[in-house]
Amino acid sequence: MRLTLRIWRQRGTSDAGELVTYPMDDVSPDMSFLEMLDVLNEELILRGEEPVAFDHDCREGICGMCGLMINGVAHGPERATTACQLHMRHFADGDTVTIEPWRARPFPVVRDLVVDRSAFDRIIESGGYISAPTGSAPDAHAVPVPKPDADTAFEAAACIGCGACVAACPNGSAMLFTAAKATHLGLLPQGQPERYSRAEAMVRTHDELGFGGCTNTGECTAVCPKGIPLDTIGRLNSDLLRGALRS
Amino acid sequence: MSQLYAEGTPIADERAPDGPIETRWDRRRFAARLVNPANKRRLTVIVVGTGLAGGSAAATLGELGYRVESFCYQDSPRRAHSIAAQGGINAAKNYRNDGDSVHRLFYDTVKGGDFRSRESNVHRLAQISTEIIDQCVAQGVPFAREYGGLLDTRSFGGAQVSRTFYARGQTGQQLLLGAYQALARQISAGTVRMHPRTEMLDLIVVDGRARGVVVRDLVTGEVTSHLADAVVLATGGYGNAFYLSTNAKGCNTSAIWRAHRRGALFANPCYTQIHPTCIPVSGEHQSKLTLMSESLRNDGRVWVPVLAGDDRPAGEIPDAERDYYLERMYPSFGNLVPRDIASRAAKHVCDEGRGVGPGGLGVYLDFADAIARLGRPAVEAKYGNLFEMYQRITGEDPYAVPMRIYPAVHYTMGGLWVDYDLRSTIPGLFVIGEANFSDHGANRLGASALMQGLADGYFLLPNTIGDYLVDGPFDAVDPAHQAVADVESEVRGRIKALLMVDGDRTVDSFHRELGQLMWEHCGMERTDAGLRKALAQIPALREEFWRRVKVPGEGAELNQSLEKAGRVADFLELAELMCLDALHRTESCGGHFRAESQTPDGEARRDDENFSYVAAWEHTGVGTPPVLHQEHLRFEHVTPSQRSYK
Amino acid sequence: MVRLWRSTVGKKAVMAVSGAGLLLYVIAHMLANLKIFFGARSLDGYGHWLRELAAPVFGYEGVVWIARAGLLACVLLHMTTAIQLARRARAARPIGYRHRRPVQGSYSARTMRWGGVLIALFVVYHVLDITAGVVNPNGVPGQDYRNVTASFGRWYVAVFYMLAVTALGFHIRHGMWSAFQSLGISTAKRRRALRAIALGVAVVITAGFLSVPIAVLTGVLT
Ligand SMILES: Cc1cc2nc3c(=O)[nH]c(=O)nc-3n(C[C@H](O)[C@H](O)[C@H](O)COP(=O)(O)OP(=O)(O)OC[C@H]3O[C@@H](n4cnc5c(N)ncnc54)[C@H](O)[C@@H]3O)c2cc1C
Ligand code: SF4
Ligand code: FES
Repeated sequence: MRLTLRIWRQRGTSDAGELVTYPMDDVSPDMSFLEMLDVLNEELILRGEEPVAFDHDCREGICGMCGLMINGVAHGPERATTACQLHMRHFADGDTVTIEPWRARPFPVVRDLVVDRSAFDRIIESGGYISAPTGSAPDAHAVPVPKPDADTAFEAAACIGCGACVAACPNGSAMLFTAAKATHLGLLPQGQPERYSRAEAMVRTHDELGFGGCTNTGECTAVCPKGIPLDTIGRLNSDLLRGALRS
Repeated sequence: MSQLYAEGTPIADERAPDGPIETRWDRRRFAARLVNPANKRRLTVIVVGTGLAGGSAAATLGELGYRVESFCYQDSPRRAHSIAAQGGINAAKNYRNDGDSVHRLFYDTVKGGDFRSRESNVHRLAQISTEIIDQCVAQGVPFAREYGGLLDTRSFGGAQVSRTFYARGQTGQQLLLGAYQALARQISAGTVRMHPRTEMLDLIVVDGRARGVVVRDLVTGEVTSHLADAVVLATGGYGNAFYLSTNAKGCNTSAIWRAHRRGALFANPCYTQIHPTCIPVSGEHQSKLTLMSESLRNDGRVWVPVLAGDDRPAGEIPDAERDYYLERMYPSFGNLVPRDIASRAAKHVCDEGRGVGPGGLGVYLDFADAIARLGRPAVEAKYGNLFEMYQRITGEDPYAVPMRIYPAVHYTMGGLWVDYDLRSTIPGLFVIGEANFSDHGANRLGASALMQGLADGYFLLPNTIGDYLVDGPFDAVDPAHQAVADVESEVRGRIKALLMVDGDRTVDSFHRELGQLMWEHCGMERTDAGLRKALAQIPALREEFWRRVKVPGEGAELNQSLEKAGRVADFLELAELMCLDALHRTESCGGHFRAESQTPDGEARRDDENFSYVAAWEHTGVGTPPVLHQEHLRFEHVTPSQRSYK
Repeated sequence: MVRLWRSTVGKKAVMAVSGAGLLLYVIAHMLANLKIFFGARSLDGYGHWLRELAAPVFGYEGVVWIARAGLLACVLLHMTTAIQLARRARAARPIGYRHRRPVQGSYSARTMRWGGVLIALFVVYHVLDITAGVVNPNGVPGQDYRNVTASFGRWYVAVFYMLAVTALGFHIRHGMWSAFQSLGISTAKRRRALRAIALGVAVVITAGFLSVPIAVLTGVLT
């Protein structure tokens, strides 16, 4: 099928960027979205032009490296699907597809569609862990964990850190990402001792990094490829307020 | 064959203690000298890679008080390829009381590896497996649990005991996030300095010791050196030499290959694991292959049409005209035969022209019987997410039409040679995780790579590296030292050379061609003639690469074509060694099947008399014959036997 | 507490609590409005009663002024946090998308900010109109019934009122649910119930407020 791509091209962080149009003649419906970009890049290289830079690695929806705003929707039109798992059969012959990078101040554009998401690492470093130095662990069966808690913790822990929630949020908030981690660890008995300080530290870092505040619009969960639910944010809020009231 | 390589002196693993196998690790730990805690702060360790092995090692070394410099090529340490592992992690906890034990896991692993691994290493791995689960649970890894709140396990990859711990189909992700979080904690504590989007391009050896790495900042393109008292490589496997594999796109051999070129021996490069249940190639554009969990074979039935060229839709082929070939050939194991056997059988039926789907490269994995027997809801509960994934990729509904699967390259058992202490043959260079060759022999059991990566990173390396570092801090290396400057300028020269070719073929086109060649001749079934053909073609392809590759852009910027070009250039060298290793090993063992060495009924025939050794290769230059060093394997606790799944 | 105020979550909590205060007022106000259907006596009498309430302790209109002070505090907190969060949001995305398509956000969620501004503007006019009587065609203090009917006698004022009240309904629908979420009351299990409650409250309040101008316009009240 034929497609018209409009792709954001930007040389470096401080350069101005623009949307550039590329016609594509021979797109197979079995290609993934990134394979379609591969084909474009091969053509560009042979024509002596610079290929489009985009992030990707696993190409099976788990590493969280890929992330594209496709026609105004983070990761594109398919729900619960990362850009790398999106297949061209979901587009129609003759479509125009606009591809932009994630946009948020804490996610500066590095080049073309590549953004710097290290702000997420800063949030985790500020408290998104359980302090359990190697070798200090009791037997794994020492503390049973009720299955519902373990399952809910797992669901929250499935976050792949892709940043789609930030990209889609009208406030540029990273609350869903932050709340997913707070929920995962806060639900497990092992995570209790640091539960409130963790929530406080992660939210503080989140704010300092320049992410916007959450206004519960739910745009984030709608695009989240792992379906992290919105009530993780409620849980984080509750932990933070309870922590503040305690101290 | 003798002009292809030279026989060198045998090598031995000198650090493994003798005596009772159960206490070897204890005795080794006790014999290892300890670093004074105050000194640890003055010792710097470079850890390249943040997968299960590298992430856990960097975090633990940081906790111990060393100064750690950690590198990965992704934008965050959380994205290492370990994240993609689905099935689970083995541990000899025997929580099920089903007869498991350290000794059984040890035995299964040695046997599964077709008696090509070291007893000492494997036994230690089995011992440590239980601690790994404890550690991960303490970190908050949300393993699957039963209603009583205790951990659930399953049997995996044909194991007769239920010793695989899992977190839905995302075990690797959850384990890696555990290690990543431990690492994040050390980063914020200041003991680990993280360098994401930074690729190691060479190793710095000063006065015979590994003292640093040369890296390229993938954002700015800047080439710099980092110096330390020891270097740890945890850079994963090299399955991408085949272009199409289940590995992430960025997985590469560059770090270990560069170290190999600087003197580290490369062991068993030809041992490759090919996974039977992957989604088949859909066309020319295919960029990677997706694994479907092995657990599908528990309920799915594998078949192809009896007649070659039968292109009726699956539903129109009556039962009598279907060949459930695994059930036919292996009545006692049926669809659950080990990976290598299932893969080879699929290749055979496709070679006979009985394959299904585009290009005839696929076999059916049919759930119709399971759905009839268990009901759709039960099948959905068990495999729902896998079915969804399949449908997302292929656009076909596996509840209605059988899945199509085909084998794909999945894991590489070979890697840099290391001793019991995980030391390579370059003093100060340690290698852990999939990057080393150590524990899986000629074939890895399902759910054992995660176990090995974490054993290496959390528990082994942090204990063994001290015995080396106790002699440090070594004399500070001046960044202007000749050895450093030389490596740096070599790296810069290579980048420049890649950019200067300015030919007419893309990097990917070379990678694809190399992959096809390797798949054809060094894949599931290898022959003398095929390997010789590959050995003639690879150098020619390499030469063409350096003449015709086109790498656009510049070195001093984010340049993904340049990154790929460097990796493919290294694969083009490694591929030759893989084929040579495969050619020299004229026996069949584990994942390495030589057509010339099979039993009358077509099964692999090992040759213990001549090949019970680790093949450790020494580099002598590109295109010049390498030197083979043999490490002989001794079996005192397990008697090598022929595998049989009939 | 200072730390809490500084954090976006803290601000949201302040917004939720102040919003809850305003909501209580709005409910009381709406119920009082309905007295208009019982005739001028009922409404004017209620206004009088309110002004006299606890007069011995707080003086004439004392309670009213206390309530007004409380309301003003809520309004100030609500608006301050709203403005601060809106500015943060703007700063968090300095460069917007060329092509943007909301996927989920309900209409009410997306109109919180402009709806809020509209409500604020309306409240100013409404106070000048009904409370102070400055812009009211009747404008006699104490004649609440006549003031109201006179005001709504002008169709454009009635339309403005109805628009603002509808905006208020939307605002309450998302705001109330959002408050449950911000205060951490909402969980997976309660989510649907809380959303339904928010919707119900919003509809009842809007309908209650709308009934008065509609009644005036259709001549039910004169
Ligand atoms: C699809 C799939 C499913 C699997 N499922 C299972 C399973 O169920 N059970 C099981 O036990 N095993 C499984 N495996 C195998 C297992 O996942 C891997 O063997 C294991 O995770 C490897 O871990 P590692 O730490 O050695 O390397 P990796 O996780 O591959 O990490 C490599 C690290 O090195 C870095 N790196 C690489 N090269 C460079 C360089 N040149 N410069 C700088 N940094 C570099 C990368 O950035 C990365 O951080 C699976 C593998 C695949 C592909
Ligand atoms: S919460 Fe969802 S959208 Fe946000 S980073 Fe995690 S996986 Fe991506
Ligand atoms: S490339 Fe890994 S999630 Fe898309």
